[in-house]
Amino acid sequence: MKGVYDKTFWGLTIGLVAVLLLNLFLADWLRGIGLQSLSRGMVALGLLVLWRTGLVSFGHALFFGFGAYTAALLQRVGINDFFVLLLAGTASAGLLAYGLGFLLRRYRAIYFALLNMAFSMILWGVIAKLEVLGSTDGIGVRPPSYLGFAFEGETNQMILFAFTAIFTYLVALATHLYLRSTLGHLTMAVRENEIRVEYLGYSVERAIHLKYIISGLVAGFGGVVMAFAVGHVDPDSMAYWPVSGDFVFITILSGSGNVAAPIIGAVVYEMIRSYAFEYFPHVWQLIMGGSLLLIIMFLPDGLWSLLERTRRKKSVG
Amino acid sequence: MNLQLLAVITVDGLVYASYLFMVAVGLTVIFGVQKVLNVTHGAFYSFGAYLAAQMIGLYYGADWPAYGGFAIIVLSAVFLGVVFAFLIERGLLKYLYHRDEHIIVLATFAAFLMLEDIQILIWGMNPYLAFQPMAELGTTDIADLTFDNYSLSMIALSFVIAAVLWYALKRTIWGKMLLAVIYDREVSQAMGINVTAVFLGTFMIGAFLGALGGAYIAPTISVQPGIGVEVIVLAFAVVVIGGMGSIPGALIGSIIVGLSRAAAVHMLPEVELFVIYAIMALVLAIRPQGLFAPVQARKI
Repeated sequence: MKGVYDKTFWGLTIGLVAVLLLNLFLADWLRGIGLQSLSRGMVALGLLVLWRTGLVSFGHALFFGFGAYTAALLQRVGINDFFVLLLAGTASAGLLAYGLGFLLRRYRAIYFALLNMAFSMILWGVIAKLEVLGSTDGIGVRPPSYLGFAFEGETNQMILFAFTAIFTYLVALATHLYLRSTLGHLTMAVRENEIRVEYLGYSVERAIHLKYIISGLVAGFGGVVMAFAVGHVDPDSMAYWPVSGDFVFITILSGSGNVAAPIIGAVVYEMIRSYAFEYFPHVWQLIMGGSLLLIIMFLPDGLWSLLERTRRKKSVG
Repeated sequence: MNLQLLAVITVDGLVYASYLFMVAVGLTVIFGVQKVLNVTHGAFYSFGAYLAAQMIGLYYGADWPAYGGFAIIVLSAVFLGVVFAFLIERGLLKYLYHRDEHIIVLATFAAFLMLEDIQILIWGMNPYLAFQPMAELGTTDIADLTFDNYSLSMIALSFVIAAVLWYALKRTIWGKMLLAVIYDREVSQAMGINVTAVFLGTFMIGAFLGALGGAYIAPTISVQPGIGVEVIVLAFAVVVIGGMGSIPGALIGSIIVGLSRAAAVHMLPEVELFVIYAIMALVLAIRPQGLFAPVQARKI
């Protein structure tokens, strides 16, 4: 077993330090983009964990929305601590994934993807119809307090971003260690040949279930972060099917080479989206779709493969 | 439950089912042959609705015979079927058939996003209304309630589509060729079937049906941005319930979905929005391949 301190560890650590330093000087709107990137990047990280087994979910807005709404509703009943809300949102999404996992672990390929979509659309329908949950208007989310300390305006954003970055770092590192473990490596084998994995004495279904829970947890985490970043939750931007499509978009854009890939990919995605929306408000979806098609056609292994390609060239040269 | 309510639910349900069937059957045809879950189908639908609405507006503006409006609807759909088949099948999917099925779905999702914006560029954000063909047909009274004949004609049209497709698949040489391609692409190519042409042809029919669904529904709705996003996920649900790639499945699936939605609307409006997906999840949980999944030929 290799030590914890590998290239990815140092890369992530340097990344975290850089982000924390940058946080002090960033303009507010860039911090907003940063927060949304971390949020979507987390969900994409969960999808990466599934994608390594060859599974794609077209419904992870389910856990994203579930986490976000858990935090928003708990805030309504008076709990306002960032750490409690983050933990609650993440854990509730994880629990949901644990429950649904018993069913979903039996499904593969397109059926897995679509069954996920069905569940996410049920959540969307429930939220959109129930007045208690804010219906289609959604509910507002106030800035949280941090262990009793509350901040206003830009300071709040700065603190929120710093803590989100730290937690993202920890989650990414944990996921990295998981993917490097025997159980993590096993999943590549599942993708290649399930029957052989079973003959080796491992349960494919349990391996997939674990992955599903991990992906649910991080998607819930992303949802809570998004709720605070936007200050509002509503069914159309949290649980409708194109939201799930965007997560898959980021996963494919990023590539599955490394846990850092989805985070980088999410930043790139968020940048394209913000700029397209700012400068070409009428055709921003055209630009998003076009970029995605270009990636699929010409960079099938995602942005991360660019990094790996340059590294390989160096080692050859 | 009184009789009148039952009648309303049945008729409403069947009208809704026929609308769903028209959209879903094209999706299932394309999935059955190409094995592509085509998200752009939602755009075929919305383009069909827009083009038909615009053309109907122009047609009735000029003082021509009223029943020509129906020809306009069909012609719009044929035109879009041909255009989209070349654009999406020849222009995009051709390069992706060897790739992972999820990647293909995502590629069609990307194309769908692009088409959504192109649609707004062409037709703008304002709703289109094209009620004339509907006004043309008048109304019928069933169980003391008034239904418009146009909606009822959708039910008839769906059965016609189902019958034609069934006949074409089971009783013609084209259907046999199609089955051969579905079972084994390479062997059928070796036997002299032009697989490229078969793929293009099926896609054209599928796209035509999607556009026809939109074009035919256009007079009964307000055609506006966002209708494609809404319909594609419904069509997915219908196709999954019936079994992907199965035409009888699409028929049964849309009847189930249509009736249960109508029942929900009239009796339990709280669940209206998600009853379809609840059924979808339930069916998948019990029969993972859907109700009528086509038998998979085992290859050696």
